[in-house]
Amino acid sequence: MWWKIILLSGLAAVIVFSFITPAPQNIIGEASRIFYYHIPMAWIAVLAFALAMIYSIRYLRSKKIIEDIRARSAASLGLLFSFLATVSGSIFARVTWGSFWNWDPRETSIFILLLIYGAYFALRTAVAVEEKRASLAAVYAIFAFLTVPFLVFVVPRVVPSLHPADSVIGADFKFTMGTTVRLIFFASLAFFTVLYLWLFNLTCRVGVLYRKIIEEESL
Amino acid sequence: MPNKSAGLTGRALAVYSKDMKVELRSKYAFNAILMFGITTLAVVSFTLGQSGLSASLLAALFWIIMFFAAMAGLAQVFVREEETGTVLALRLAADPTAVYLGKLFFNLSLMILIAFVITPVFFIFTDAPVDNILLFVLVLILGIVGLCAATTIVAAIISKAGIKGALFAVLSFPILFVLLLLLVSASTRVLEEATLGGIALELQGLVAYSGVMITASLMLFKYVWQE
Amino acid sequence: MYKLSVINLTKRFGFRKVFTDISFELETGRALAVVGPNGSGKTTLLLTLLGGFRPNKGTVTFQEDERVMPAETIRDHTALVAPYLNFYDNLTAEENLIFFSAVSGGRVTGKELTGLLEQVGLAGRGDDPVGSYSSGMKQRLKFAAAILKQPQFLFLDEPTSNLDNDGKKMVFDLINGFKSRSILVLATNEKEEQQLAEQVCRLDR
Repeated sequence: MWWKIILLSGLAAVIVFSFITPAPQNIIGEASRIFYYHIPMAWIAVLAFALAMIYSIRYLRSKKIIEDIRARSAASLGLLFSFLATVSGSIFARVTWGSFWNWDPRETSIFILLLIYGAYFALRTAVAVEEKRASLAAVYAIFAFLTVPFLVFVVPRVVPSLHPADSVIGADFKFTMGTTVRLIFFASLAFFTVLYLWLFNLTCRVGVLYRKIIEEESL
Repeated sequence: MPNKSAGLTGRALAVYSKDMKVELRSKYAFNAILMFGITTLAVVSFTLGQSGLSASLLAALFWIIMFFAAMAGLAQVFVREEETGTVLALRLAADPTAVYLGKLFFNLSLMILIAFVITPVFFIFTDAPVDNILLFVLVLILGIVGLCAATTIVAAIISKAGIKGALFAVLSFPILFVLLLLLVSASTRVLEEATLGGIALELQGLVAYSGVMITASLMLFKYVWQE
Repeated sequence: MYKLSVINLTKRFGFRKVFTDISFELETGRALAVVGPNGSGKTTLLLTLLGGFRPNKGTVTFQEDERVMPAETIRDHTALVAPYLNFYDNLTAEENLIFFSAVSGGRVTGKELTGLLEQVGLAGRGDDPVGSYSSGMKQRLKFAAAILKQPQFLFLDEPTSNLDNDGKKMVFDLINGFKSRSILVLATNEKEEQQLAEQVCRLDR
């Protein structure tokens, strides 16, 4: 219980401080506060994908259906967070660059991530047999994850970038982020990650219970 | 007692030549891919007209045509086994790696044949200028290898899932995206008269992509192929 | 000397149990008859033994001279003849036999093929596409493929289905020929075929 109290008060503090402190970037101004939420969402979208891949490998190794439930739960929250990251990023883009969508490398990458999550669930809904669904989905998740390094390293070189690499994030962000900004940002990153892990745990448990109900009904 | 020493190469070759024979007699996949490619090409060329297309637009069109052509027929090599019910006999008799390699090379041969037809027609229809034909062919071959490397295992997945058609493209596109990006970028530069050095980055990316996809497929294929 | 040991084999499809705790042990020269009504899981049991399905519980072990055979080599020592096994319709009978032999690492000469087709009563039909075959002829061709493979473990699912009296007699002769050098697993409800086996595994729904 104690960690849930810390999590809730932490998140509350992040929300409050993200609005009462000065905006993290003076050129963009007030809108740049979205950065406290946008980056953690994008980070969790990728983390969820990595988790889905790890549990997929574990499923193929052990063939235990619980690993498949974990992979699916990680991915379903990943879909949610990649959606949130896309939307928050798109709003941010409208304010700073003037249009909602620009096919900037990071926008492109998160869009592909969304497509992968979408394809993963399209595949899952198409297969009725549990074990088959689990194996095929696991192979697809692992295979799709292998494109991530290419998205990270190749896309930015081929597509011209607009991303604010020189303002608050990017290679030199250590020097441009003030102490307060950095503190709020990392607190937000940490608390949202814990929130994700908690949601992940709950989704897994729901998945297990749901399967039990179906099992009892079919007997 | 039959000779049981023949290695993986011989077995993969057996799968490959079997699939070639079956395809030669039905020509289903070849016709599907070719006609899809030609149709897409005709539509595109007709609507856009001939002159004044930029190099980047031409390169994108060419790879869109190749992508849709591939989506029309590359799953056939697995779907056919499911439809004719021969998949059980093949699974019980053949090593999964031999099956994967045989089918990968079958798809490669198919796409190379198709490219032989589509590429000249593309240049005739669009009047695209290309000085360095050898370099374009190099990009084309690496592109075909990449396409087949990534889609062969996806084809196996959709055939096992008992679904065809749209889902093949849905599952393949996110994986093929970086490949297509590299290919369009490389082809654009070739059309803009770049030299080998000018597209070194893309070529490295293409080789790495195919390497990663084939290695992963070899490791993962048995989980798709066996129930 | 080869051995097939099965311990507590259990298979479910989803939540439905197909069979539970099947155990038996066979050595070269011995045959097992799997009997039971339609839908009792005879085919599923055979396919599970062959590695076509993953058991939910229990183990299947193939042994050669007391050594456990590695999973990837088992495929070259087993053969299945079953009504639901399909060969390639637009390849000829000979091409099918050559393919299935080559894919399990064998090599076969034209003379061997002619003799083989004669043995199963398909003489002179080797160049016809399998698609033009009747179901009885297809069944004979499956036996030809099994003979060509010379498996140490032979699995037969309703071996005489689709066959005329001539064909049935041929199958009995073939089974007797296989019996001395192979382990045989027969799924059947025919009394005559059951009598070929020393052991019986009874499945019920």
